[in-house]
Amino acid sequence: MELFNFTKKESRLYMAFMYVTFISLLVGGLMGLLQTLVRSGKYTLPFNIDYYTILTTHGVILGLVLTTFFIVGFQFSLMGKTVGISDKQLKWGWISFWVMLVGTVLSAWMILTGEASVLYTFYTPLRAHPIFYIGLTLVIVGSWIAAFTNFRQLYVWKKAHKGEKSPLLAFMVVINMIMWFVATLGVAYSVIVLILPWSLGYVATVNVLLTRTLFWYFGHPLVYFWLLPAYMAWYAIIPKIIGGKLFSDSLARLAFILLLMFSIPVGFHHQLTEPGIDPTWKFIQVVLTFMVVIPSLMTAFSLFATFEITGRRKGYKSLFGWFKKLPWKDVRFLAPFVGMAAFIPGGAGGIINASHQVNSLVHNTIWITGHFHLTVATTVILTFFGIAYWLIPHLTGRRLTPRLNKLGIIQTFIWTIGMTIMSTSMHIQGLIGGPRRSAFSEYAGGDQVSTWISYQMWQAVGGTILFIGILLMFYIFIQLAFFAPRGYEEYPIAEEELDAEKTPKILENWYLWIGITVALILFAYTIPMIDIIKHSPPGSIPFDWPIGRS
Amino acid sequence: MHLHKYEKVWLVFGLASLVLFLLIIGFAAFWKGTHPQSHIETIDPQNVEANEAFQPDHLGLTEVADGKYVVNIVASAFNYDFGKEEDGTATKTIRVPKGSTVLFQVTSKDVVHGFQVAGTNVNMMVEPGHISRFESVMKNGGEFTVVCNEYCGIGHHLMFGTVEVY
Ligand code: HEM
Ligand SMILES: [Cu+2]
Ligand SMILES: [Cu+2]
Repeated sequence: MELFNFTKKESRLYMAFMYVTFISLLVGGLMGLLQTLVRSGKYTLPFNIDYYTILTTHGVILGLVLTTFFIVGFQFSLMGKTVGISDKQLKWGWISFWVMLVGTVLSAWMILTGEASVLYTFYTPLRAHPIFYIGLTLVIVGSWIAAFTNFRQLYVWKKAHKGEKSPLLAFMVVINMIMWFVATLGVAYSVIVLILPWSLGYVATVNVLLTRTLFWYFGHPLVYFWLLPAYMAWYAIIPKIIGGKLFSDSLARLAFILLLMFSIPVGFHHQLTEPGIDPTWKFIQVVLTFMVVIPSLMTAFSLFATFEITGRRKGYKSLFGWFKKLPWKDVRFLAPFVGMAAFIPGGAGGIINASHQVNSLVHNTIWITGHFHLTVATTVILTFFGIAYWLIPHLTGRRLTPRLNKLGIIQTFIWTIGMTIMSTSMHIQGLIGGPRRSAFSEYAGGDQVSTWISYQMWQAVGGTILFIGILLMFYIFIQLAFFAPRGYEEYPIAEEELDAEKTPKILENWYLWIGITVALILFAYTIPMIDIIKHSPPGSIPFDWPIGRS
Repeated sequence: MHLHKYEKVWLVFGLASLVLFLLIIGFAAFWKGTHPQSHIETIDPQNVEANEAFQPDHLGLTEVADGKYVVNIVASAFNYDFGKEEDGTATKTIRVPKGSTVLFQVTSKDVVHGFQVAGTNVNMMVEPGHISRFESVMKNGGEFTVVCNEYCGIGHHLMFGTVEVY
C-alpha cells in the first residue's frame, strides 16, 4: 500500500479544521455545563441570557459545527494520505474551509444576539433572522465543496491506477460524502426554497409539515455522517494500532455500502407521533430503519475478530486471554474502545426509539437526549479524540509523549464517568416523563415533577465532570498542537493480510450503489411527499415573538 | 466474498431476531391497530374555531357515553386551553374517573407544540394545520402532569396542565 507524506502546506489545511473543532468543543461544552446547572434549579444565567439561546448554541456548535469540521478535516487527511491531493485540490480544500467558517460565524452571531433561538432543528413557523439560515446554508455548501474535492481526488487516482481497487479509506470517505450530499439536498431545498423567502417576508406562509419532513430526511443521515468516520477508524486504523491487520477489505466495503443505502430513506422514524403522515408509510420507514442492524452486526463481528486474531497471534491461547493482550494503556486504542462499548447501550436505546409504537413512550422526553449523548457525545466523540491523539502530532510534527498519553487515559475515564452519570439519569427521567429541551420548571408542582428534578441534579453532577473532561482535552490539544516535543507520530493505517481474498469488483460499482440508494429514497418518500403536499393545510405565517424577537 | 463460519452464524441469528422483531411490531400495528397517531386531518391554524371541536364552548372535558370522554384542547404559545370553569376562570385540571376511556383532540393556533400526559402513553406532536388525536384508557389513578415536550419558544417550560384520575 502506497501512502503519501504530507507537505507543510497540506498539514496546515487539515490543522485549520482541527482548530475550529477544538474551539467548538470548549465553547459548546461550556454551554452544556450551563444547561445542566440551570436545570438543577440552583443556578440562574447572568445578564438575562435565555436558556434556549445557550441550548441553540450547544446544539449548533457541537451537533453541526464541531462534527462537520472534524469530519471534513479528518477525511481530507485520509484522502491526502491514501490517494494524495494536488495543489488545485488543496486550494478547493481551503475554499471549503472558509465558506464553512464564514457560515459558522454568521449563524453564531445571530444565535448569540438572541435572533435565532430556534435550536439546531430550526422548526418553522418559529422564525429566526434570515442571516442564521444563510449561515447554515454556507456551512453545508462549504461541506459540498469538500465532498466534490474528495470525489475528484479519488477520480484522479483511479485514472492513474487503471484496474486497481481504490484504497479502502478513500472508498469509505467517498461513501460518506455521497451520503452527506444526497441527504443535505433535502435540508438545502427546505432552507433555500421554503424557509428563506418566507423568513425574508417574500412569501406569506410556509408548509410546516413539509419543512419538518425535509429536515428529517436530512436529520437521520446526519447521525450516520457522524458515525461513519468513527467506523473508518474502527475498521482500518484501530487494527494497526493494536498491531494487527485488516479483518476483511470486502466486508468493510459492503458494510459501508449498506449504511449508505439504509441511512436516508428512514427519516419518518423521527416523526412517528406526527398527525399528518400516513401510518403505513411510517411503518415502512421503520422497517427500513432496522436494516442497519445488518451492517452493525457485521461491524461488531469484524472488530472483535480483529481483536481476537491479533491477541492470539501474540500468543494468548485461552478463550478470552487475548482480551488482556490488547493495548489498554494506549489512549489511541482505549478512547475508541470505550466509544465502541458505549455503542452497545446506545444502539439498544436506538432500537427502542425507532419502534413504531414504543416510540410514544420516549418521544421528546429527555431519554432521547440521554440516547444521543451515548451515541454521538460518547461513541463518536471518544473515537474522534482517539484519532486526534495521533492525527494532531502527525500534522504538527510532534509526539504523543507518555505523559500526554496518560492524561488522555485520565480524560477517557473522566468522560466515561461523567457521561454514565448524566446519560443514565437522563434515560431514567425520560422514562418517567421528563421532557427534553426545557429550562428549569416546577410545572404543576406535583409529585411527578419533584422526581424529575432529583434526576436533573444528577445531570448537573455528570455535566460538571464532563466539563472537566473537556478542559483536559483542550489542554491536551494545545499541547499536541504547540508544545509537545518535536518528532514523528505515525499515521496508522492497517494493511491487508498477505493471503487476503480479492475484493469483488462489484463493490466499486458506484452507479449500482448510488442507483439503489436513489431508488430506495424514491420508494420511501415519493408517495408520502405527494400525500403531504396534496393534503396540506393552509400554510403558517411566521412567528417571531415566541423566541424573544420583537 | 468469503464469510467466516462463525460470522454466518452470527448474521443468521441477528437477522432471525430482526425478522421476529419486525413481525411483532407489524402484528401490533396492522392486526391490533396500534399505529401511532396519524389522522391526516387538516384545519386552518388561523381559524381553529371553524372546526366544531375547537369552538370555545366545546373545549375541555365532555362525557360522550358512560365512562367515555372527549377532551378538546387548543394549544398556543405558551398555554393549553382546556376551556372554562362554571365561574368563568380558565380550567387548569381535567378530572376523569379511573378506568375511563379518554380521547384527546389537540390542535395548535400558532407554532409546533407537544402534548404529553407524563407517565402515560399519551404523547403526540401538535402541529399548526393538523388535528392530533389519541385515545387512552386511564387505568392508574393519580395526578399526571401534561407537559409541552416540543420546543415552542422561550416560554416552552411554562406550558403545562394537569390530568387528575380519581
Ligand atoms: C460537557 C459535556 C456536555 C454536557 C454537560 C451536555 C449537556 C446537554 C444537555 C443537558 C442537553 C439537553 C438540554 C435540554 O434538553 O434542555 C444537551 C443537548 C444536546 N447536546 Fe449536549 N452535552 C455535552 C456534550 C455534548 C457533545 C460532545 C455533543 C455532540 C457532539 C452534544 C450534543 C448535543 C445536542 C445535539 C443536543 C440537543 C440540543 C437540542 O435539543 O436542540 N452535547 N446537552
Ligand atoms: Cu408548547
Ligand atoms: Cu413547548
